Amino acid sequence: MKIGIFKERENSRETIDFTGKSVLDLLRHLQINSETVLVVRKNEVLTEEELLEDQDRVDILSVISGG
Amino acid sequence: MNCSQCDQKAVLTLQHGKACKRHFINYFEEKVFKTMNKYQMIGRSDTLGVAASGGKDSLTVLYLTKKYLEKNNFVNTSFFALAIDEGIHNYRAKTLQDLEIFCEQYKIKLTIVRTTEEFGATLDEAYPKVNKDTHKKPCNVCGVWRRYLLNKHARALGATKVITGHNLDDEAQAIMMNMFKANISMAAHIGPITGVQEHELFVTRVKPLYFCTEKETRLYALLKGFAIEFTECPYSQEGYRSQIQDMLNGMEEKYSGTKQGIINSFLAILPLLREKEQREKQESIKICTSCGEPANQEICNACKIKEVLIEK
Ligand code: SF4
Ligand SMILES: [Zn+2]
Ligand SMILES: [Zn+2]
Repeated sequence: MKIGIFKERENSRETIDFTGKSVLDLLRHLQINSETVLVVRKNEVLTEEELLEDQDRVDILSVISGG
Repeated sequence: MNCSQCDQKAVLTLQHGKACKRHFINYFEEKVFKTMNKYQMIGRSDTLGVAASGGKDSLTVLYLTKKYLEKNNFVNTSFFALAIDEGIHNYRAKTLQDLEIFCEQYKIKLTIVRTTEEFGATLDEAYPKVNKDTHKKPCNVCGVWRRYLLNKHARALGATKVITGHNLDDEAQAIMMNMFKANISMAAHIGPITGVQEHELFVTRVKPLYFCTEKETRLYALLKGFAIEFTECPYSQEGYRSQIQDMLNGMEEKYSGTKQGIINSFLAILPLLREKEQREKQESIKICTSCGEPANQEICNACKIKEVLIEK
């Protein structure tokens, strides 16, 4: 499936091809530690077990405030 | 996935189950209020200076301090926000702007102290001179300045306590850094409420977010709609602390509860650390001969930095 991703920390957007199912799968795929981010879809914060669907667009917010 | 307590959708998985927006907010606020009560962080006649930067931690702690006072009807406890502007380019102006908007919205008095006024330089200008031989990053200078200015100005504004937004991640990192560097005496000075030695010139510091993780705090700020744009200090990716942070998050992902475990172990030994520190500390706190602020030596660290800046 195709997932649109916005990464807050890098301020970057991309669309990726992804074969997993859940939010956790997506974070593993992107090599992002789940402790360091919140994943938001349509203004809703998702838990790691939440399933993603083709054409979903998610924001990956960094929880780390440097400084 | 639904909340463990109701049929709403969960926003976060906690140690004891899943929480929806409403139950998460309740859980978070209760945790902070419990921490405030347990360590008697806020008294009925206190004047509170809240150290604020405009990031998620400081906005959260400002909001919850205000809520705590209202909820408990602490009508005689006053509080204000105090920010330090070290002039970090491309960073501080933005977070201070967020802070100003927030304080205006919640009718909180805000004082901003600038290092240019106090020390005649921004951090960007000062650290290459101060760290000329070591080539260190500016965090050492930043830390000395901030501690110094917060204490001095909080006291001048009548504060009896300084509230900071340090969260569980910050503290777990500080504990491990002190451990790895065998800095036991430093470790005695952290904790939910600071102070090995009481001194009239030192304002006690308290940390209401002590048991809240970074992730929980960001989620709370997000769900409450606090306007924070992501900004990061340009120097924060460097240095020892960020390596410790990566290590702890790596452990936490595999072994959930690791950071809390560090905090719990630390709290169990903290009274002993403080006792040891009290016993072994030969000299009491001095007064800086140059500025009159509390110091470990004849001249305080802030004045030493000042001297270096004047020399050049
Ligand atoms: S990361 Fe930035 S704000 Fe934090 S101590 Fe270092 S210089 Fe100061
Ligand atoms: Zn619920
Ligand atoms: Zn001094």
